[in-house]
Amino acid sequence: MEHILLRSRDISDIRKLDVYLRNGGYEGLKKAVLEHTSDQVIQIVKDSGLRGRGGAGFSTGMKWSFIPRDYPVKYVVVNADESEPGTFKDRELMEFNPHQVIEGAMIAAYAIKARAVYIYLRGEFWDIAGDLDQCIEQAREKGLVGQNILGTDWSCECYTHLGAGAYICGEETALLNSLQGLIGQPRVRPPFPAQVGGGLYYEPTVVNNVETLANVPWIIVNGAEAYKKIGTEKSPGTKIFCVSGHVNNPGNYEFPLGITFRQLIEAAGGMRDGKKCKAILPSGASGPVVPGTDKVLDTPLTYEDVAAIDTVLGSASVIIMDEDTDMVWAALKMARFFKHESCGKCTPCREGTYWLYRVISDLYKGNATLKDIELLADVAANMQGVTICALGDFAANPILSTVKHFRAEYEAYVKAQKPATVASAAD
Amino acid sequence: MLAEKYADKIAKIRSKYPDLRSTVMPLLYIAQEEYGGLDESSLREVAELCDLDPTEVKTIAGFYTMYWENDEKGYKKGKYWLQVCTDLPCALRGADQFFEQLLDHLGVEDGGTTEDGMFTVEHVMCLAACDKAPMLQCNFHFLENLDMEKMKAKIEEWRAEAKERENG
Repeated sequence: MEHILLRSRDISDIRKLDVYLRNGGYEGLKKAVLEHTSDQVIQIVKDSGLRGRGGAGFSTGMKWSFIPRDYPVKYVVVNADESEPGTFKDRELMEFNPHQVIEGAMIAAYAIKARAVYIYLRGEFWDIAGDLDQCIEQAREKGLVGQNILGTDWSCECYTHLGAGAYICGEETALLNSLQGLIGQPRVRPPFPAQVGGGLYYEPTVVNNVETLANVPWIIVNGAEAYKKIGTEKSPGTKIFCVSGHVNNPGNYEFPLGITFRQLIEAAGGMRDGKKCKAILPSGASGPVVPGTDKVLDTPLTYEDVAAIDTVLGSASVIIMDEDTDMVWAALKMARFFKHESCGKCTPCREGTYWLYRVISDLYKGNATLKDIELLADVAANMQGVTICALGDFAANPILSTVKHFRAEYEAYVKAQKPATVASAAD
Repeated sequence: MLAEKYADKIAKIRSKYPDLRSTVMPLLYIAQEEYGGLDESSLREVAELCDLDPTEVKTIAGFYTMYWENDEKGYKKGKYWLQVCTDLPCALRGADQFFEQLLDHLGVEDGGTTEDGMFTVEHVMCLAACDKAPMLQCNFHFLENLDMEKMKAKIEEWRAEAKERENG
């Protein structure tokens, strides 16, 4: 299959503007700007059924349509803060197919008539931001970014902005605050980013993930109907699956939505050392873990099918764990991550992530009783649905789901007073 | 002073945003690079450049992990700041063991700096390179698919470079 997103796998130099142009690059932007009105572009993207690839899976065209038409100042913000453990797709897109990301962002900007596009990259993508700046300049020279784009009266700037190390800035309102020079803490909604008072500089703003936007040029060139033929009815299109953990060839794999976990593991070279799959995190550290049963392995990777097995597709950051994995240790790792990344704004998350980490560390060191397993589940349950952003829920998920599916392992730690085997996991 | 030395760079940064406040993060990076970290006077300088209260700038520098402050005890980060990802996906591929070996090899604890001031080693949260574990970030550049053999060679290379700079 030819890739729609990871096109550098088919055309190795596609990151260069001339190569990208020779291979249909910026045709989507040209078609959008020269042949369609803004409303038509929004309608095409809506009809395509494209859903946000950053995790929430919301309809992209719908999101664009929420922007007030005649409002004078509007923005597009590209969420390139990719920080979820297990996620590394946006990085590959920006590194090896950067113009497609810029093109997608510019089409979004045309659709809502934005004044400027800001690409917010996590600080660690320092090198990528430098390369993207060059790509933007090249696009500007060709009249694809900046003043009077493609000779029309539409002008729109495109800039990169670097974060400085904070997972929370992947949350769209925290990201907007960070871009405004504030600390990266989420905002109370409403107003939502698309509304007056809710976006960047409090102006109406579309915030889209890198991969979402990379789909858009193809959709404009080939049409909504062609896009809907890929994937499933409710989950159209292709998706980049980030496969990590105990497989032979971890990496990014682009497939139509609807392939099964089993097929994905096979595509990634199968299980390492021929071991059995014990557990899967389908959406990084923040979604619930599921056991590697036949039912799970045969589940198609779509938004709706993955939801039916009590977890989420999210950004499709599939972490595979084999039969030797200690699930209490895995939960401890994730608890440590969320304790570090809680921004401190909401009490249930700030305190809850701390206590989850304390209790599970004690349990892991063999200093806990059976009651502490209940305590863990209780603290986690009290973090759900009570915070401004989803980080509180995310932090609770790995604990609640490992206790649910692998309770015996927690109990074994208590009963055996098993000493820690991996010292550095508890710091 | 940053305002004179980086006049062009600062003007370019300012041209990107409708609000001066948005320049605080890029300016903190410039100050940090220039002064080898952030201290009271560099934070004040950045505050002045973006028309903010120094306390606010300090809050921002404290919130984000890629800014560091030179503390009163004279603690400085090593020339090479090695941040090893030990989050779950990397740990499933041996990152914990790699991290321990690296600490042992350099004779430091997590977060410590070698006596010669060359290396600071610490664990860090996910760097979006889970498929290339073990990996680390050295002064904001990624080194991937590592093992101790490759790492030892790299450390020797850096030491040789430093020596060369000293002599040259």
